[in-house]
Amino acid sequence: MSFTVNVNGRRRRVDAAGETPLLWVLREELGLTGSKFGCGIGSCGACTVHVDGAAVRACTVPLESVGSARVTTIEGLARGERLHPVQQAWLDEDVAQCGYCQAGMIMAVTDLLARNPDPTDTDIDQALTNICRCGTYPRIRKAIHRAARLVKEA
Amino acid sequence: MDATFSPSRRGFLKVTGAAGALMVSCPSDLLAAPGRAARDAKIGLYVRIDRDGQVTIGTATTELGQGTLTSIPMLIAEELDVDFAKVRTELIPTPFTVDKGRIRPLSFHSGAGGSNAVWRSYDPARQAGAVARHLLVLAAAERWGVDPAELTTRDGMVLHPGKRRRADYGDLAEAAAKLTPPKDPLPLKPRSEHKIIGRPQTQKDARAIVTGQPLFGLDRSLPGMLHAVVARSPFLGGTPRSVDETAARAIPGVVAILPIAGPKPGELYGVGGVTAAGVAVVADDLWTAMRGREALKIEWEPGPVRETTSDRMAKGWEMVRTGQGQVVRDTGNVDQAFAAAARTMEAEYEFPMAAHATMEPPNAIAHLEGGRLRIIGCNQLPPIMLDIVARVAGVEVGNIDYEPVRAGGGFGRRIFPEAICEAASLTKQTGRPVKVVWTREDDIAHDPFRPGGCHRVRAALDKDGKLAGWRYDLASKSQLSDWLPLPPDQQWGFEVFPDDFPGITAPNLRVAWHRLPTTAPHGAWRAPGYLANAWVVQSFMDEIAHALGRDPLELRLDWLGEAREMKYQNRESGPVFHTGRAAAVLKLAAEKAGWGTPLPAGRGRGIASHFAFGTYVAHVVEVTVADGDFTVDRVVSAIDCGLVVNPNGVVMQNEGGINDALSAARGQEITVRDGKVEQSNFHDYEMMRIDRAATRIETHIVPSEATPRGMGEPPLPPLTPALCNALFAATGKRIRRLPIRGQLTA
Repeated sequence: MSFTVNVNGRRRRVDAAGETPLLWVLREELGLTGSKFGCGIGSCGACTVHVDGAAVRACTVPLESVGSARVTTIEGLARGERLHPVQQAWLDEDVAQCGYCQAGMIMAVTDLLARNPDPTDTDIDQALTNICRCGTYPRIRKAIHRAARLVKEA
Repeated sequence: MDATFSPSRRGFLKVTGAAGALMVSCPSDLLAAPGRAARDAKIGLYVRIDRDGQVTIGTATTELGQGTLTSIPMLIAEELDVDFAKVRTELIPTPFTVDKGRIRPLSFHSGAGGSNAVWRSYDPARQAGAVARHLLVLAAAERWGVDPAELTTRDGMVLHPGKRRRADYGDLAEAAAKLTPPKDPLPLKPRSEHKIIGRPQTQKDARAIVTGQPLFGLDRSLPGMLHAVVARSPFLGGTPRSVDETAARAIPGVVAILPIAGPKPGELYGVGGVTAAGVAVVADDLWTAMRGREALKIEWEPGPVRETTSDRMAKGWEMVRTGQGQVVRDTGNVDQAFAAAARTMEAEYEFPMAAHATMEPPNAIAHLEGGRLRIIGCNQLPPIMLDIVARVAGVEVGNIDYEPVRAGGGFGRRIFPEAICEAASLTKQTGRPVKVVWTREDDIAHDPFRPGGCHRVRAALDKDGKLAGWRYDLASKSQLSDWLPLPPDQQWGFEVFPDDFPGITAPNLRVAWHRLPTTAPHGAWRAPGYLANAWVVQSFMDEIAHALGRDPLELRLDWLGEAREMKYQNRESGPVFHTGRAAAVLKLAAEKAGWGTPLPAGRGRGIASHFAFGTYVAHVVEVTVADGDFTVDRVVSAIDCGLVVNPNGVVMQNEGGINDALSAARGQEITVRDGKVEQSNFHDYEMMRIDRAATRIETHIVPSEATPRGMGEPPLPPLTPALCNALFAATGKRIRRLPIRGQLTA
């Protein structure tokens, strides 16, 4: 089957079965490997991308359900060299250890801040369900609060 | 300093020039500890200065998130006198020599394992930087016709203060590359002049990570590459009895269905590099390979033993309650000490098997072409891995080109080479580049698991509450005996630690290990062995303190006694245990945490410390218990890891290690029922998320000029007992079995 998907502002043609998870389309067909494979069951969040601005777990989204929606991946988050405030906050707090889960974390947090510009710690606990095996959670929490400030100042 | 740079080996630094660049490389031989064979250390590194002044530092130390791609280059940059912010870093292939066609199995002192990369690099890396700087200074002196002694360096420039001259390193690199390196080791900067070492540096790959660059093995591909997933036996030690490939073959894009040979009965996993027999589905793309695997109809022949974890542990309990085991330490007269004791105490603790669950599942790319095997992947011990892979692919080890990539977590998992060996087997069978990807279900069910064990610990106390005798019995399976040909009498080494406090201070000590077989593959899991033992010992000391009506901190300080060095006979952690340093971290953590100040009902505070990999760590954990669950409100840590290279790295490893240990203690357990692993993915293998994480962590570093030691693992072992001691303080419930899970429900 042939599909046209709108990824990071570009329309891309994809030949794949309709049930193929969006994650594999992004990674294997379009070469956008920033979104990671962690569990394949929508549990860990390493594959988090935005579909029409909302965070989804791309490993459980079939290609055929995407339609003409706007898909944004970690590669499409910065404006050229200028990082998104969440990415900048991640650098400022030096969050990443192995770094594998962080693209998904950043995409999840970007969505959280769009819905809740000044989340409390409880809000963060309830909204952010991604897994980081390195245990960078203390810095993730700090980076979220910092990103909230950066967004406000921007 | 008992580390690494041996003057007798000087001259191993190689200076080369190409395209106007200066390159100083430091082969692995230079990193061998004195008295050890050169092949015993395989960390390599280099510094390159290009004509434009760009400094690039390469290190072969596997980067798994422990930060060595930043901390080791810091050492070179310090002596080189360059702005570290402008230094580029990269992973380079492990240098190795081939001895009679083989890289021989090595100790666990190279690669990423044993928390030793920074301290083993400390002297040679600085020497490499000093040599590069020295040559640049000589080149400038020649150019200007002055005495090199008149010249200084700063921020990538050679300066002649008298004549107000300056030259960028880039301008001097070509000339410097033609000079002869010094014969003797160069003097290094005194500590007081360090500008990079000891100052917090951020991680070099951070920007590439937050922008989603393809840093990991899973992100890589080769032209014409095939994708493979493997259906592995769900039965431990099982084999495929029959395979119906019809439906799988009918899927367009499925290229081949091929066998993966499992280990032969009784054969070490280290021979073939895999732990399970399987059937590989090879396809044009990954999703097709996954669908092909779903379509396979395989009947599996169970292995010879169909065990169940609870039955196995019952055997373990019988062993430690009634058996002698292998006595690995017997000093004084333990039986007499217990007979004469004013009071004896005893407790049993059960530690579960666990899986590594690195966020990036195992994967590898291999391509056998023209007799050379190319591998793109990540391994924590490349020399051992390459030796195994060479055997699997049927090539000379010297004909392997290994391209290391950053790993999405290691924790010991990537010591073991199954994915690389499967890829090697499949490229051999297809003649094409093949990428093998493990799904999470593959990963959880076929992990080389952290050993579970039955721990029985006994203390004999005299009338003053001093430790007169100590007995420790553990039944477990050796985590390395599956892989390496360890003689039976040497398999206890990663399981029990006779020199751990407080046993080391007891005048009468007996430590015994009981071999408890299992068909579940085993492997090293971050802070191997220490994690289990520290939990047991530091929880038991808390029990003793409470039984004697003493403060748990005061009891520990009393038993540590006067400050002194004691012999610690374990290669990773020794050669000495210093009671004064151990006491100092306890006191510092306690003081900063407000130890002894009251907490409201439902809250509790616990303390524990441990010595591992040469580093002393103490944690004070504060918890709140409510509705049968708990949260960690605060962790205060004190760390003495000797001289600190990157303070930011120390804090990161402490924060991460605390949460890694906490996640495992909360909910992680692997069980086997009727020969099959029962867990399969994150719905039944519980990974902690931010809502239960410790995010208020205060890390206090003890200033020290002692030999720098590791930080990748030492923060974990004391966390589990400090947590369980805090839970006891809050609830009166003693956790003697992990994971904690529902045990706090009233």
